[in-house]
Amino acid sequence: MSIGPEASITDERSAPTDDPAVERALEEKAIAGRSLRQIAWRRLKGDKVALAGGIVVLVLVFIAILAPVLTKLFGHPIGEFHGDKIDPTLGTPIGPWGGISREFLLGVEPVSGRDIFSRIVYGAQTSLSVAFLSAFLSTVLGVIFGLSAGYLGGWVDAVISRIMDFLLAFPQLLFAIALVSVLPDSMLGLGDRWSRVLVLVGVIGFFGWPYIGRIVRGQTLSLREREFVEAAKSLGARSPRILGRELLPNLAAPILVYTTLIIPTNILTEAALSFLGVGIPPPNPSWGGMLSDAVNFYRYDPMYMIVPGGMIFITVLAFNLFGDGLRDALDPKAR
Amino acid sequence: MLTYLIRRAVNAVLTLLVVTLVTFGIFFMVPKITGSDPALLYIGKTADAASVEGIRTKLGLADPVIVQYGKFLKGLVAGRDYANGNDVTHCPAPCMGYSFKTDQEVFPLLMGDLPVTLSLALGAAVLWVLIGVSTGVISALRRGSLLDRAVMTGALAGVSLPIYFTGLLALSIFVYWLGWLPNADYTSFFVNPLSWASGLILPWVTLAFLFAATYARLTRANMLETLGEDYIRTARAKGLGERTVIGKHALRSGLTPLVTVFGLDLGALLGGAVLTEAVFNLRGLGYQALTAIRGNDLPVIIGVTLIAAFFIVFINLIVDVLYGFIDPRVRLG
Repeated sequence: MSIGPEASITDERSAPTDDPAVERALEEKAIAGRSLRQIAWRRLKGDKVALAGGIVVLVLVFIAILAPVLTKLFGHPIGEFHGDKIDPTLGTPIGPWGGISREFLLGVEPVSGRDIFSRIVYGAQTSLSVAFLSAFLSTVLGVIFGLSAGYLGGWVDAVISRIMDFLLAFPQLLFAIALVSVLPDSMLGLGDRWSRVLVLVGVIGFFGWPYIGRIVRGQTLSLREREFVEAAKSLGARSPRILGRELLPNLAAPILVYTTLIIPTNILTEAALSFLGVGIPPPNPSWGGMLSDAVNFYRYDPMYMIVPGGMIFITVLAFNLFGDGLRDALDPKAR
Repeated sequence: MLTYLIRRAVNAVLTLLVVTLVTFGIFFMVPKITGSDPALLYIGKTADAASVEGIRTKLGLADPVIVQYGKFLKGLVAGRDYANGNDVTHCPAPCMGYSFKTDQEVFPLLMGDLPVTLSLALGAAVLWVLIGVSTGVISALRRGSLLDRAVMTGALAGVSLPIYFTGLLALSIFVYWLGWLPNADYTSFFVNPLSWASGLILPWVTLAFLFAATYARLTRANMLETLGEDYIRTARAKGLGERTVIGKHALRSGLTPLVTVFGLDLGALLGGAVLTEAVFNLRGLGYQALTAIRGNDLPVIIGVTLIAAFFIVFINLIVDVLYGFIDPRVRLG
């Protein structure tokens, strides 16, 4: 899904990949007795850049999970004001580099003096949970609709394809902003932070499914006609078995790759919505929200903009590197 | 060819119709969910009950949804009259109603913002196509070289950088620190072409950098795929010069898929480059949309969404037509 960043709606990722089953057959001739998973893992291990991306991703996940611990050890509570770290006349942090010191690892916020390190760490929690959950939602919807369209064909395919075309031709960002801004702040008994996370997951995940759906549909269309499906049919297998046991395993590789690759897009979208003021509501920390606050201060305190912006960049880059590597490992012809 | 064109055009109109339906439906539901009264939004909270009812009748807000939608569609096509007894206001086609906040007619209001978005999107598009496609082609031709790796590293960084970060960085470096450029600002091209360009150069470059990165990656991947095709080998084998092989054979099919992507991207931007306009404070369609959303100004929100959808659908129609000429296979499909 690409409703967030004003980047290309379709990039090279959405180009249909080659049939993974063909790929596997070729490989098996070359290296006897290795499964696709083993081959892919060997290739991935050789790809240093992709591995580095993967490690950064893991570190970020740990940071997000351990946010309360990290804050306790190295930071200050996210809502705590530190007026003594702020120049009373200018409102900017005292000291060079936005007030970075041993006590405040990434400096303090202008005016309020809140600890940026703690807010970044908690921001990782929000950012990653929105990105992962919405990617999961897109994948589930995309696989269900893509499989149905590709396998059943006929009017089901026509309807689903039309819906996908429609969603892709929809002013998504505008719509997401409008939708998120009118939904209630808290619901289901969750606080405003997690209910807004749910809303974001719903909106981002919903607009993302056609990207997965199109790929799954295309792959299913070509797999459906192959001999092993015919064999299963002639043995009397019913549609659910063919879908679940014959087709789905062959779709695992592209699904995994494209799910990995929509995560960075989702991170950018969440940050964009928070930047525009309709994402995670303040005072809850989010990277996009911090960037939005930084708009008023970046001329006098550039670090306050660079830290969250840099975090977004590093996170998205790491996911992109890992996703590209995964794609190359599972499907070398796509490169 | 003609049936192909007609089919695409009908398709486009149908898509737009669905967009109006969905947009109208959702935003009609919004006041119900949030418990606000559109008539009150329009007239202000201090009004007495009689004038609120007057407005309700005049705007037709008491009608069933389907009737309101019908009137809305009629207004778009033929214009409509808002009437409450003798008090009649005519809204000429394409009528999108009146802003709740400023009482202005929505369509002319949005048309006033269009030149800003149009200048921003088209200027950036020229830059990103030139830069992205040329670096992509060169990278593909010199695959594995230092240049290729440098370009691809840059491009990967580019696709990972959001405009709301690069925009702020560009502003702080080039405007406030080095002072090389004026702050982003829109002056009409017809008033002063020079300040039009100088006021937009920073948004153009920042926006183009983002897209150029994607296009370079895409172009490179497509070109590499094409260069591996049998017919390229055939062309080389029959003794054609490298210039002809690349220029006449590879480029055409290597770059054709880009037309689709370009259409989608440009269409999406023309409906309002929300983030870019927000970062650089440019008063275009996207900025208007944000203001309307923050102010709960439903008619303007619906209007911007429709115009944005129109651009996406319209540009895609053009792309489809172009494809009919570029790629003969499409006509049969």
